[in-house]
Amino acid sequence: MTIMKKHIYTLLLLLAVISITKAQQTPAEKQSQRILIMNATAHIGNGKVIENSYVAFENGKITLVTDATKTKIDPTQYDEKIDATGKHVYPGFIVCNSTLGLVEIDAVKASDDESELGDLNPNIRSLIAYNTESKVIETMRPNGILAGQITPRGGRISGTSSIVQFDAWNWEDAALKKDDGIHMNWPNSLTRGKWWLGEDPTLKPNKKYAKIIADLKIYFEKAKVYNLEKAATRNLPFEAMQGLFTEKQTLYINANGAREIMDAVNFAKDAGIHKIVIIGGNEATKISDFLIENNIPVIVTRPHSLPSAEDDNVKEPYKLAAELANKGVVVSIDPNGDMERMNSRNLPFYAGTCAAYGLDKEDALSLITLNAAKILGVEDTMGTLESGKDATLFISEGDALDMRTNILSKAFIQGRAISLETHQTELYHRYNQKINGSN
Amino acid sequence: MKKILLFIFLCLHIAIYAQEYFPKNDGVKTTDNAIVAFTNATIYVSPSEIIKNGTLLIQKGKVLNVGASISIPKNAVQVDLKDKYIYPSFIDMYSNFGVNTESLPKDSNQTLYDANREGYYWNDHIRPDQSAIEVFNYDNAKAKEYIKNGFGIVSTHVNDGIVQGTGTLIALNNFQDNNLRILDQKSAQYFSFKKSKRSKQSYPTSRMGAIALLRQFYYDTDWYNKGNSNSKDLAIEAFLENKGIPQIFDAEDRKNALRADKIAKEFKQNYILKGGGDEYQRIDEIVNTKASFIIPLDFPDAYDVSNPYIANKIALSDMLYWNQAPTNPKVLEEHQVNFALTASENKKVDEFFSNLQSAISYGLSETKALEALTTVPAKLLGKQNEIGVLKKGYIANFLITSGPIFDKETTIYENWVQGNANILSNRNTIDISGDYVLTIDTLSYTMHIKGSPEKPALKLMKDSLELKSKITYQDGWVNIFFNSIDADSTKTEYTRLTGLITDTILKGNGNLPNGKVIAWTATKKKTAEHKANKKNKTEKNLRTIMPVTFPNMAYGFDSLPKQQRILFKNATVWTNEEEGILKETDVLVNNGKIEAIGKDLSATNAIVIDAKGKHLTSGIIDEHSHIGTDAVNEAGQNSSAEVSIQDVLNPEDINLYRNLSGGVTTIQILHGSANPIGGQSAIIKPRWGVSAQELLLENASPFIKFALGENVKQSNWGGGRFPQSRMGVEQVFIDYFQRAKEYDQKWNTYKSLSKKEKAKTNAPRYDIELETLAQIINKERFITCHSYVQSEINMLMKVADLFDFNVNTFTHILEGYKVADKMKAHGVGGSTFADWWAYKFEVNDAIPYNAAIMHDAGIVVAINSDDAEMSRRLNQEAAKTIKYGGMTEEEAWKMVTINPAKLLHLDDSIGSIKVGKDADIVLWSDNPLSIYAIAEKTMIEGVIYYDYETMEQMKKEIEATKNTLINQMLEAKNKGMKTQAPKEKKKELMHCDTL
Repeated sequence: MTIMKKHIYTLLLLLAVISITKAQQTPAEKQSQRILIMNATAHIGNGKVIENSYVAFENGKITLVTDATKTKIDPTQYDEKIDATGKHVYPGFIVCNSTLGLVEIDAVKASDDESELGDLNPNIRSLIAYNTESKVIETMRPNGILAGQITPRGGRISGTSSIVQFDAWNWEDAALKKDDGIHMNWPNSLTRGKWWLGEDPTLKPNKKYAKIIADLKIYFEKAKVYNLEKAATRNLPFEAMQGLFTEKQTLYINANGAREIMDAVNFAKDAGIHKIVIIGGNEATKISDFLIENNIPVIVTRPHSLPSAEDDNVKEPYKLAAELANKGVVVSIDPNGDMERMNSRNLPFYAGTCAAYGLDKEDALSLITLNAAKILGVEDTMGTLESGKDATLFISEGDALDMRTNILSKAFIQGRAISLETHQTELYHRYNQKINGSN
Repeated sequence: MKKILLFIFLCLHIAIYAQEYFPKNDGVKTTDNAIVAFTNATIYVSPSEIIKNGTLLIQKGKVLNVGASISIPKNAVQVDLKDKYIYPSFIDMYSNFGVNTESLPKDSNQTLYDANREGYYWNDHIRPDQSAIEVFNYDNAKAKEYIKNGFGIVSTHVNDGIVQGTGTLIALNNFQDNNLRILDQKSAQYFSFKKSKRSKQSYPTSRMGAIALLRQFYYDTDWYNKGNSNSKDLAIEAFLENKGIPQIFDAEDRKNALRADKIAKEFKQNYILKGGGDEYQRIDEIVNTKASFIIPLDFPDAYDVSNPYIANKIALSDMLYWNQAPTNPKVLEEHQVNFALTASENKKVDEFFSNLQSAISYGLSETKALEALTTVPAKLLGKQNEIGVLKKGYIANFLITSGPIFDKETTIYENWVQGNANILSNRNTIDISGDYVLTIDTLSYTMHIKGSPEKPALKLMKDSLELKSKITYQDGWVNIFFNSIDADSTKTEYTRLTGLITDTILKGNGNLPNGKVIAWTATKKKTAEHKANKKNKTEKNLRTIMPVTFPNMAYGFDSLPKQQRILFKNATVWTNEEEGILKETDVLVNNGKIEAIGKDLSATNAIVIDAKGKHLTSGIIDEHSHIGTDAVNEAGQNSSAEVSIQDVLNPEDINLYRNLSGGVTTIQILHGSANPIGGQSAIIKPRWGVSAQELLLENASPFIKFALGENVKQSNWGGGRFPQSRMGVEQVFIDYFQRAKEYDQKWNTYKSLSKKEKAKTNAPRYDIELETLAQIINKERFITCHSYVQSEINMLMKVADLFDFNVNTFTHILEGYKVADKMKAHGVGGSTFADWWAYKFEVNDAIPYNAAIMHDAGIVVAINSDDAEMSRRLNQEAAKTIKYGGMTEEEAWKMVTINPAKLLHLDDSIGSIKVGKDADIVLWSDNPLSIYAIAEKTMIEGVIYYDYETMEQMKKEIEATKNTLINQMLEAKNKGMKTQAPKEKKKELMHCDTL
């Protein structure tokens, strides 16, 4: 057995001990101690790195982030001192546009709560269906993903998302920002017939495109003038959209084509919406100037995707985030796609892949920290290791964007030391003991 | 003006003669023995035998004689064809003329697992008993379309089913009845890979199933023919009867042509392959079949690229096909492929004829074109002594034309079928084009007549002023009318003229606008020379043809890359051998093998690649993939051991190239998991650009896919066949293995008989499915089994024990960690996912530590993809075993290289960097397990198939080529050519459960 392996086993043994004292998935207690992480390489999340750092937090808030070689501190100030020499400390990763907690097992319909009937459902709220007990969610934490935006799917206007942290008793506890935005699926300007119904499968301009947009325009106009006080009868969908017009909520628009993205942004601006985010963005590089001019961030679809066309650059999805970010667009990435919930734990490796294909490593980290926080409107409390922000952070053995070294020894959400055990680690310990006599 | 198509169907014979022995109830019985002599014509007796100034004699629908100086009987009706041409008329040997498959009665409207027809074969898609003549209805309108374009004979058939039964050879005789039209009621037997629309029997659901079914049918007919069967089978008997006639296979396209040819070779059949028009893309393989082809001419229309946003979505491969398709016949001719032509894929036969002219402008010789429509089909149908040429005794099917048949200016005047003339255009029409002086009363005008003889166009000038005018010309009469007032005026004053032609003068009467009757004459001053001009113009209009690449699509090579002698210098070499990871080491590749590993190597004439700071590994091996194939599941039965992915490989799947970009050099392409006993797999190397056959690894051990759990019990979709539970799955296995065992014993007993005894004993029936399963029992074929939960994993090992063989590999094996000790004891390997779970109920206990636990228990463990996306980054997936379970880097790396090589029994040739092994090598920018690693070069057996920089360069070239093609298409559109709406090429990604 190699040193590396021994090291891991020791670590796992340690974790096992923790898991005896803390029942799996039992949310951690409120932070009571003052904690100092010493001598780790701190990745701030905004592009900066402190090679040898002090990071301290109390009452759930970061109180100190500084260069250990330049700062003198009083160790007695802290109840718990964690020597993290050779290790790395990161702000908790944030997953955008996720359906975690809305579906447990893809093929089991009874466990599926990700979409509703109907086309225009702004009043549908993901938060109330969010299952804090999901076994899938707990597997996010050992990979550093500590918070996310939970988003409903389907329809033209899918509904309202919320931002949650991943260690909670119930959805009220989990909520970091309730009803942060409305999600919308922009129509395609091109369409093809359903060949299986005998329709012409060739691609042609979508005749309904203009009509759909015109209808949406009227819908948004009506929503804007809807006034709760004066309305004789309540209109739940319009009520749900009020935040869009008061800058309280963001309009997230799923659009991939260059034309669709421009149409979507212009539509939203005309509707009087200020906070607009594009999700998808396959062809966003073609119109990056337009995006920058209008200050539109893009949440790029899962970089671990196949190119959308045979002729595309073989590495296109790996490169997209880098191409956009390097042009100055604010970019995050999401896990949207096949088996997205269980795959969400690979978020750091999606970012790592973006780094391999053209993005600076710390900028790649920003995709899932600062940029995600900015896009979701929670940068005041999350996204970087900075004093005053929530102590939602973790310690990794090494580079957390690389599978080999994304090995967490500790993670904190708002200062609370959370369990890194999961349904999966439990099975691991149990069966590794049975099969190999070790756990 | 709307084109008016002129059809005058006229019978020259005064009386239509009927069958001699038929009673006559509407008059007196007459016999027509008249001889018609066509004289002074240029006669194409055959495409290669041309008689100038010849005479053709016909009588009673046959050629009586033909020659330059033959005597004309006194009683012959003479037809002077000076300056005109006679050609044998065309034959289309692949047609469904007069057969409406849609209206045929259905066997059943309900989906069935069993056959619905009784007394026939066990599968209703095998219909050799079907006969075109039984459902044939002569279609006058369609016949006219054929006749107009020079056809005289078609071989029609019921295009329905895999074995389609017999076709019928029909003369397109619009004057007489079927008694005369039918030239051969069993002209050929037709085949396709497509199921019958008349039957809803589920098997086969896939192309590979259709292939296996056809194979089994050949075995069964042979067995039946030898008298081994105790029961009747009308389908087999019909098939045996059809043995001697031509066998025509609808191969659809180049890929399927090779598949059909493979079956032909296996069963010593001589298929005539009906192609798809894309044969030029793989011409060497087409030549190698040595088969004759029937080639359609349905060239794609240009895409409408006027909307650049849509134009961007069209795949290069589709654009190339548009650009290159008209050259297909030329390429076939150049490579001496024997081929006939068919109009079967053209909506209108007119389109066929104009496409043929286009094919000729793109290089097909006129002689070959004529052969492909006359002598070749005649010979392929075995009718070379009856049809296709104009020799004595042959059927009098011929065309009278104004000039060389394929010239665009040529008019087909008459199409004679069995001695009956279809008059398409008046052959006495004189070419009146030229410049004339028109004199009416005292006024004189200048008249320019252009256009074809049948459809002249007029430009009428009064001094320098052009007048609005129109000319029509029919049956010798010319009608002209014009507005005598200048064109800008709103007033109209029409002068109307009509007259006859005499040589160079047009002459007649007319009316002035005021009604006054006048006489007029027009005297020709100059004959038009439009012919030569037009020809030049056509040639100028030809588009530049793009070279064919390998494959003929994005990222295709101009020519296939070759093996090179390459020396990698100063790399970090991951050997996967005892030496471990070697720093600053050189690796020499020669003749496709690893020749040397060491420090400071040098080699003359080797290409030196500086690999300093880079990592060199053996290529990644993916034990479980579904790319590069046109089918994944044969879901028609609960066992499909007889089908093989090897039959349906698709070397043009872009995912093969994408796999190379992730360092993958060997792939097992598996059958899916729709049924407990799946199909045979294909182990390939993704050599981009080669043929399907060349993808395959020679001498690889044969494998078969089995499956357990939710998919095989149809949990997540509908279904009604056995099994529906894990309990039933076990019984399926035991049942099939028991039958295979008994089958094998039966054969062994039979084989051990003496010759004498054999002669007295019925041979057992050869069953591909049981044969395949017997190979497993005899340890000649190996199982890789899709598996999830521990109970079923354990079960299959127990079933294997029962029949005394080992399961080779459990794939997916997500609960392998629960029974790793039992797996170790059984000696089975595990090929798993790094971290997949939660996508269905049976993977709820899947854990990413699975690989590590199994590995530590001593099992050979591989990480596979089962996914076209993941397979491009299996290095990352391997690295996850370091995070989940603490594998060392070397052990992690082995999980995607030497370990899968072991599972595939290929570790003696691939899977590590070792002298003598295949040079399947990847050069990485970084530690291959790092998230930051990029595969820079991927080599298979010394050939670099992928290079990151080259790919980037190719991407630029793709854009440039597409731009050229878009411009060509815009030009085509501006010229008024037909265009089609763009289509976006969408590839269906296939997984285990893709049906």
